[in-house]
Amino acid sequence: MSKLLSMREAIADLVPDGCSVAMGLQMEQMIPFAAGHEIIRQKKRNLTLIGPISDILFDQLIGAGCVEQVIAAWVGNVMMGSAYNFRRAVEQDGMKVFNMTNFTIALALQAGAMGVPFLPTKTALGSDTAKGNHFFYQIFSPFAPTESLWAVRALNPDVTIVHVQRADSEGNAHCWGNFGVMLEGVRAAKRVIVVAEEIVDPEVIASDANRTVIPGFLVNAVVECPYGAHPSPVQGYYNRDNDFFREYHEQTKTKTGSDAWLDRWVYGVPDHEAYSDQLGADRVEALGVKQHAYAAQADFGY
Amino acid sequence: MMTETTTDRVGTGALARSVEPGSTNATYTLSELMVCAAARDIKDGDLVFVGMRLPLIAFVVAKKTHAPSAIGLFENGVIRSTAAPELIYTMADPPNILGATQCLDMLSVMGLLQSGRVDLGFLGAAEVDRFGNLNSTQVNGAGTIRLPGSGGACDIASLAHRFVVLLDHKKERLPERVSFMTSPGFGDGQGWRKKVGLPRGGPSAVITTKTVLRFGDDGEAYADSVHPGIELEDVLSNTGWKLQLGKTVPQTPEPSPEELQAIREYDKEGFWTS
Repeated sequence: MSKLLSMREAIADLVPDGCSVAMGLQMEQMIPFAAGHEIIRQKKRNLTLIGPISDILFDQLIGAGCVEQVIAAWVGNVMMGSAYNFRRAVEQDGMKVFNMTNFTIALALQAGAMGVPFLPTKTALGSDTAKGNHFFYQIFSPFAPTESLWAVRALNPDVTIVHVQRADSEGNAHCWGNFGVMLEGVRAAKRVIVVAEEIVDPEVIASDANRTVIPGFLVNAVVECPYGAHPSPVQGYYNRDNDFFREYHEQTKTKTGSDAWLDRWVYGVPDHEAYSDQLGADRVEALGVKQHAYAAQADFGY
Repeated sequence: MMTETTTDRVGTGALARSVEPGSTNATYTLSELMVCAAARDIKDGDLVFVGMRLPLIAFVVAKKTHAPSAIGLFENGVIRSTAAPELIYTMADPPNILGATQCLDMLSVMGLLQSGRVDLGFLGAAEVDRFGNLNSTQVNGAGTIRLPGSGGACDIASLAHRFVVLLDHKKERLPERVSFMTSPGFGDGQGWRKKVGLPRGGPSAVITTKTVLRFGDDGEAYADSVHPGIELEDVLSNTGWKLQLGKTVPQTPEPSPEELQAIREYDKEGFWTS
């Protein structure tokens, strides 16, 4: 059964006000910006954002007023430093942040994915990150009772949104490049939206099951959205638009600047196709793959 | 005042970029000096959590000079035995994926870190204190300044066999005690890490824009070397506690021609190192 939806339909159906949304799980690659922008356009409110690092996507959602709280290890602009909407929200409006580390957000999602209430770890012992943070609880090893550990509370996002290279219409998806915490984030989620550069025949996905990192039965909606991760890169499809991150940094230092940025790049375009048109053919062309590098074939025959 | 440039996940970033070395006839930048100091902390064969910005370049320099067998790990799941074929701005840039030794997920590399296989990690921070504890979460002064957060820094500081910090040397960034301990150093001194249950590790060096700090058995930082053209008094008066000194405090070694060549071949436009 086809799960293909437009981005507008997928966000309207699967991202209600007040839900928790995991995004940006592949670190700086394949960040689902187009999905985030549709969330902003639909004026979703009181969301809980979940992710290891978000690059500037979380900052945009915060600036647009969609966010009640954040569960993350790092919120900023990776190549430039701070994210200003995040700073304003925390410093001036007291937005709630659960401070995680990359490892502990991975463990929280993995616990959620495995159906256990927590996973133990030795990271962050003695760190203030864990203080007053309900994701951390001190335990001792049942097998070596002097061994101190953090129990990291399981996390099950209401919806996880991921961007991949290709998927079939049922949501079976191929992804290659770095995964970050995508695998755990998908398995832990109550609902999953897969955004793909390309929709391909099921035979293409089935031809390489090792690359099928998302099985379709976990997926609720599949959205075809070429360039939907811009300005983040998609391995084999397009490169990182570094200038876009620089410009965002310069243009969002004030609330007024940020509002103008959102007007131009989100509210001012009805969908991602119009966003790509606004980027311009030259800019899109310049980000394209300069030299293809195909992997060797794998023989699955018997 | 802390600004956006103090909030790097790793590396000293923009702050170091425009700073000229103290020497009047300098043939290298201060960032290049710091990169070389960082590179020399990588031993041949080390498994290194590389990070971004200056430490990324340090990894490239070490690979091309004294540590050809070093292996780099990245939190996004990338493991590399060679430097990325061109300059990268984030660890997930496509050139860092192409030709990787392995490219999987975060739990895999964090598992290697937790199980004690990783020798060294590089970190940046907004504040570093007397015992090498790091703050990259929030600075509490007249008002709270919110920083981006730990990322993987706390994990690396907790679990690597040793870690090295790069820092812009300013008095407010070297307080006696960090206002928020994101990433544990030696806590309040000798024995603290063991007491809280950390399995190993701690800071081995803090490379600032003025000096290289190292740590005694008591867990306290001391000045191990001072950069060319910098007076020791300048270091002491810009540190937020009474800084201990090594038995001798020599000049930080200058970059060699081979090291400079490796830096400039990689960061051609000096984005990170000019």
